[in-house]
Amino acid sequence: MNTIPTIQNEAGATVLDSELKGLIADVLGLDPAQAATFGPDSGLFGHLPELDSMAVAGLLTEMEDRLGIVIEDDDVSGEMLETYGGLFAFAKAKLADR
Amino acid sequence: MGPEGTTTEELLVAFDRGRTRRLLVCPAWFDEANKLRRFTVEVMRRLDNAGIDSFLPDLPGCNDSLAPAALQTLPGWRAGMEAAAHKFGATNVLAIRAGALLVPAHLPGWHYAAQSGPKLLRGMIRARTIAAREAGLEEQADTLMALGRSEGLVLGGWQLGAAMIRDLETAEPVRAQGHSDIAQSQVGGPGMWLRAEPDEDAKQVDALTAIISDDLSGTSA
Repeated sequence: MNTIPTIQNEAGATVLDSELKGLIADVLGLDPAQAATFGPDSGLFGHLPELDSMAVAGLLTEMEDRLGIVIEDDDVSGEMLETYGGLFAFAKAKLADR
Repeated sequence: MGPEGTTTEELLVAFDRGRTRRLLVCPAWFDEANKLRRFTVEVMRRLDNAGIDSFLPDLPGCNDSLAPAALQTLPGWRAGMEAAAHKFGATNVLAIRAGALLVPAHLPGWHYAAQSGPKLLRGMIRARTIAAREAGLEEQADTLMALGRSEGLVLGGWQLGAAMIRDLETAEPVRAQGHSDIAQSQVGGPGMWLRAEPDEDAKQVDALTAIISDDLSGTSA
């Protein structure tokens, strides 16, 4: 039975991945195919000039609404915002805590 | 209306051909106002083609307003929208995002993706703490809010006075009989206020216009 949670986690991670990429596409005005090319090291805040603090704040608020999580101020770090991988790891951990 | 009940003059975008249906638009606020400006005016253009007049006043203290931003209050803005509704002979109201906080309750109309005061404030405070952290400063939301309540704050470049911040902490959309909600899912695609840079989407404009004009043609006498 140990494999089932793993499969569920992988399935869950895939869903989260597409949710997050969809959200970034919505914020940046990309088509989904472009957002799908994001990898763990793809740069976000500080790398994309159009992604300013206001846009990031909007992105976090939308993450809360779409994923059903609450993001505290203390959660927000440069590390989690800098790359797609950082944001993904953060969202995954938040969902696991829920 | 100014903070002491004095009327201020603000710029207005209007499609006024003296028609029966006259829609007052309560716009989105601050950063969202910029991102939704083109969307909002495009909806007004389509409504004009559909035979509906519409009026979009600037909020005092915003855009080209001569009124001092830091002195604006929620009751002042509400009174201003009320005065605008009477002046233009509005028959209906369309509120966009935080515009829902300003709706004259006597007019029937629509709340498009209504946003509450606390959510608006939270997003703006968050943007400020993120920008501060990027600049190597540490600002806490709680400390900022305490300062905001007593002295006011600059958030995202907008000066919010202490009264406005205290008002927003509890402000909810004005809901009255004859008001209906339009969710983003009815308009389709992601909300334009989410975009990092202003953009437009003709399909969303058409969808919102259709909801309003269909509702109005269904209720017209």
